[in-house]
Amino acid sequence: MTDNRVVVTGMGVCAPNGIGLAAFRQALVEGKSGIRHHSILEELKFRCQVAGAPDLNDIDIDHYLTRVEQRGLNASGIIYGMIAGQDAWVDAGLEIGPEKTDYSTGVIMGVGLSGPDKFRDGTYLIDDGQIRRLSSNTVIQTMGSGCASMLAGRIGAGNQVTANSSACATGTEAIIMGYERIRSGQATTMLVGSTCASSPYIWAGFDAMRILPSVYNDTPHQASRPLSASAKGFVPSSGSGALVIESLEHARQRGAEIYAEIISGHVSSGGQRDGGSLTSPNPLGVQTCIQRTIASATTPINKISAINGHLTATTKDADEIQNWKIALTECELQLAPINSTKGLIGHALSASGSIESIAAILQLHHQEIYANVNCEDLHPQIADMYDADLIPTTTTQTTEVDIVLKASFGFGDINACIAFKRYLG
Amino acid sequence: MIDELKAIIQAYLPDDISTEDISSDSHLINDLRINSANLVDIVIDVEDKFDIEISNEEIENMSTVGDAISIIERKAKT
Repeated sequence: MTDNRVVVTGMGVCAPNGIGLAAFRQALVEGKSGIRHHSILEELKFRCQVAGAPDLNDIDIDHYLTRVEQRGLNASGIIYGMIAGQDAWVDAGLEIGPEKTDYSTGVIMGVGLSGPDKFRDGTYLIDDGQIRRLSSNTVIQTMGSGCASMLAGRIGAGNQVTANSSACATGTEAIIMGYERIRSGQATTMLVGSTCASSPYIWAGFDAMRILPSVYNDTPHQASRPLSASAKGFVPSSGSGALVIESLEHARQRGAEIYAEIISGHVSSGGQRDGGSLTSPNPLGVQTCIQRTIASATTPINKISAINGHLTATTKDADEIQNWKIALTECELQLAPINSTKGLIGHALSASGSIESIAAILQLHHQEIYANVNCEDLHPQIADMYDADLIPTTTTQTTEVDIVLKASFGFGDINACIAFKRYLG
Repeated sequence: MIDELKAIIQAYLPDDISTEDISSDSHLINDLRINSANLVDIVIDVEDKFDIEISNEEIENMSTVGDAISIIERKAKT
């Protein structure tokens, strides 16, 4: 049976605090927040009026989308995904617009809800009996696989082209799906990631559930507070992350730079039992997912250098820390430094797993551990069970980042965990 | 007339085809390489511009820029 080693050779990111790898890394090192007050949310009477959205003002959109594609474009998730996806492809040293189809290359670009604003435009016309006036791009901008398909066209992908969806686990799941496909020999190269539009029509449901913070509307940079005693809910966000992953053999053949090796990945569900529900994780399910990721690693995991948690800044953060502690302890592993990227970018929902995986890999690549922001008042329950030194509040340079775990957990009691390892040749 | 139509069509041209390439003989798909899906958008824009309604049958017979012009001229008169 084929069992290819899989490596990451390209990354592209369109995050609220930075577009492009260099800007994103700088934002992580410097603690630059991407959370802003959005007047549209105030006008629409959101309780939470702060959110994260990539700032496209300095971006040359013509570089990523044709003039025709930009016409009638009202799906920010597609813009973010086209930026991240094409940047990742170019970063891997691969060609945009090759002449021929490559049947060994695929695309998995996950989404939660694609183009809700475009869909809304359409509903007004449909309800008014004006179906014939819908523009031709209505379908492309609202179908879940729209962004994946547009990217596939750019790179001539002839292998699987799809969009997965598993709520807030979507991004991490997409990477794992691509990893499994390459590992098993069904594909050689996969462009994987996820995207999430900036849209009140995505965020409103969470506001109605009263799980977004409403007391930081005047202090947006303080609003997203993972691990903090004063966390009041997650800050809604958006963006996209994309990775080029390929077999080690293929990467070596073409002399590609390797950011990291993926040595394990597992997706699972808590079955909505034992404390799990559509909106809450079954603790045992979370622990099982982490443990299976560790146990199935192709290189034995004896020490974890760092964890990039899901940690959204809700009351569930303490539960998640407990799950990490139990999972690692039962695997006879030392607890590791843990951080959350969400303090700076909020919760990018379907895009969170891919953007945060890039943050996790940047830690390996640059040998640094990023700070947690806004948790100077560590939640007392967390302080009681996890060494505060392992919850860094300053970014540190080191030489010892070897294995980083990234996990994402989503509505539906869905879990995804992936292990990245430093690749030294 | 053709200038007004050109202004509409140019929005859907691929990046490597310019407005100067448009003549009344130009085949919308074969010569101007307009994505067939975008023909629908051109029809919508034409309907708005000339305040007419173009039927499905007419769209099927609209292959060249000249075809579009004759449809518009016929409709705009009535």
